[in-house]
Amino acid sequence: MADFSKLTELAVQVRRDILRMVFNAQSGHPGGSLGCVEFFVALYGNVLKHSPKPFKMEGKNQDLFFLSNGHISPVWYSVLARTGYFPMEEMSTFRKINSRLQGHPTTHEGLPGIRISSGSLGQGISVAVGAALGKRLDGDKRWVFCLTGDGELDEGQNWEAIMSAAHHKVDNLIVTVDWNGQQIDGPTDQVMSLNSLPAKWKAFGWDVLILEEGNDLASVIAMLRKAKRRTGKGKPVVILMKTQMGYGIDYMVGTHKWHGKSPNQEQLDLGMAQVVLTKLGDF
Amino acid sequence: MNINDIISTETKATRDGFGQGLLEAGHANPNIVGLTADLIESLQMQHFKAAYPERFFELGIAEANMMGIAAGLSISGKIPFTGTFANFSTGRVYDQIRQSIAYSHKNVKICASHAGLTLGEDGATHQILEDIGMMRMLPGMVVINPCDYNQTKAATLAIAEYYGPVYLRFGRPAWPVFTDPTKKFKIGKALQLSSGKDVSIFATGHLVWTCIEAAKELTAQGISCEVINIHTIKPLDEEAILDSVSKTRAVVVAEEHQRNGGLGDAIANLLVQKMPVPMEYVGVKDSFGESGKPLDLLEKYGLGKKDVLWAVKDVLDRKG
Repeated sequence: MADFSKLTELAVQVRRDILRMVFNAQSGHPGGSLGCVEFFVALYGNVLKHSPKPFKMEGKNQDLFFLSNGHISPVWYSVLARTGYFPMEEMSTFRKINSRLQGHPTTHEGLPGIRISSGSLGQGISVAVGAALGKRLDGDKRWVFCLTGDGELDEGQNWEAIMSAAHHKVDNLIVTVDWNGQQIDGPTDQVMSLNSLPAKWKAFGWDVLILEEGNDLASVIAMLRKAKRRTGKGKPVVILMKTQMGYGIDYMVGTHKWHGKSPNQEQLDLGMAQVVLTKLGDF
Repeated sequence: MNINDIISTETKATRDGFGQGLLEAGHANPNIVGLTADLIESLQMQHFKAAYPERFFELGIAEANMMGIAAGLSISGKIPFTGTFANFSTGRVYDQIRQSIAYSHKNVKICASHAGLTLGEDGATHQILEDIGMMRMLPGMVVINPCDYNQTKAATLAIAEYYGPVYLRFGRPAWPVFTDPTKKFKIGKALQLSSGKDVSIFATGHLVWTCIEAAKELTAQGISCEVINIHTIKPLDEEAILDSVSKTRAVVVAEEHQRNGGLGDAIANLLVQKMPVPMEYVGVKDSFGESGKPLDLLEKYGLGKKDVLWAVKDVLDRKG
């Protein structure tokens, strides 16, 4: 387990990576990526039992993670590279031709750490339920984690998956919802109201945890550990994690406007000044 | 290889062959798991479920979720066989198959019953005639449409041993059984049923038997037919097709599917590049089906024996 100050440093560096990747490509999704930095750093740096090398698709006796909202690939790529899955330099190829770092994550180019393609929304929870059922069949006691967006919950397939996980008592599964209240066309309340999200999940038979401080690293780590303790009791577990889209870069915070927009040079410089280079170094 | 040597003494549904095949595949390989979306008996999956209840997942009327769960199970090294009607196995879940299964190259077997007009009385909402087209467009997808009970069973066993996504299409009605029950299924290897020199008749699925019957009649009229069962539409056995066409220089393709996008188009695509010759389609002409008895529907929509006979005569006229 990496110590806490190292994880804090990693979180700063990941934010730099996100901005620089999206700037380099002049394309990508910085807002949701920045909002989920603490989640990814906590998960890969502290919570997951995982093996970057050699990366094995089946991940027997390891924890598995699935990203349903694949458009926040920059944060995932950064954390994967910085936890040893592939060379850091590869981040400079993000969204460019002949790259393994496709706009949305895919197994198709053989990038270590990725187990399914995602990006067309609403499919990740189903996949995670399947992987969790597979572990149960194998008597594998490790966990399956999945991150989904809140806007993504507009997709009906999620609710099929949520219903099925409870029905089949998939209690080795921890889903986290990035509850940032934003989607492309605006705030979720205006685009498609989620109403009472906790009540919805409860009504579907899940053990529901709410994390108010999804951009506080210690809180995220504590919550993920708590969620693990809540598993194995006949119910799947969901963490409704409140985050701020664009967190860490003041002009991007809390708005859907940076959902899928890249900064220009001036905006990049402004951002870089807010997440100062660490000794981990840029890619 | 004489067409008159091919006889059928019983009828059984291809879906029954799937059910038995799945059970046997399940005996042989503990990684095989079954999934359904509220259609256990329609797909004849009750045998597998009874033998391996812990390896069978009922997912309710939620096909999109079923495809995603199948993809997830495959990550853990399982070999998921999903079972629902062909309509709900393809069009309803195209994007789930495209992203989570095909693009992700997952070892999922999409097993689809009640394909085509022979679903019968339920009508056009359920009679999918576009599924072969949709599935063969997906990169890396294997597309199989066996012709009878024995071949469907053998194909089910064969796809269990193949790594990668497969679409296995079969049907509802009792249908003549005529293939050798001991014959092993080879994915992508066309099966020649008769030798001939005048016309090549390529058929898939239920229409293989229709073409055999037509070929018997044509043979009696002195027309020498080479009937070939193209059970695997993708990958297409190009060598077998070109070998036959190089002799006959005339082609008829028959399938229980739209003319658009199916086996006919797959073969036309090959021939237009490698060996252009006169060719006729036996398939549905850009229309939906309707309620009715399977054989009546095949006749009404131009997929009967007489349609094969006409297509052969037309193509022979064009060949000159």
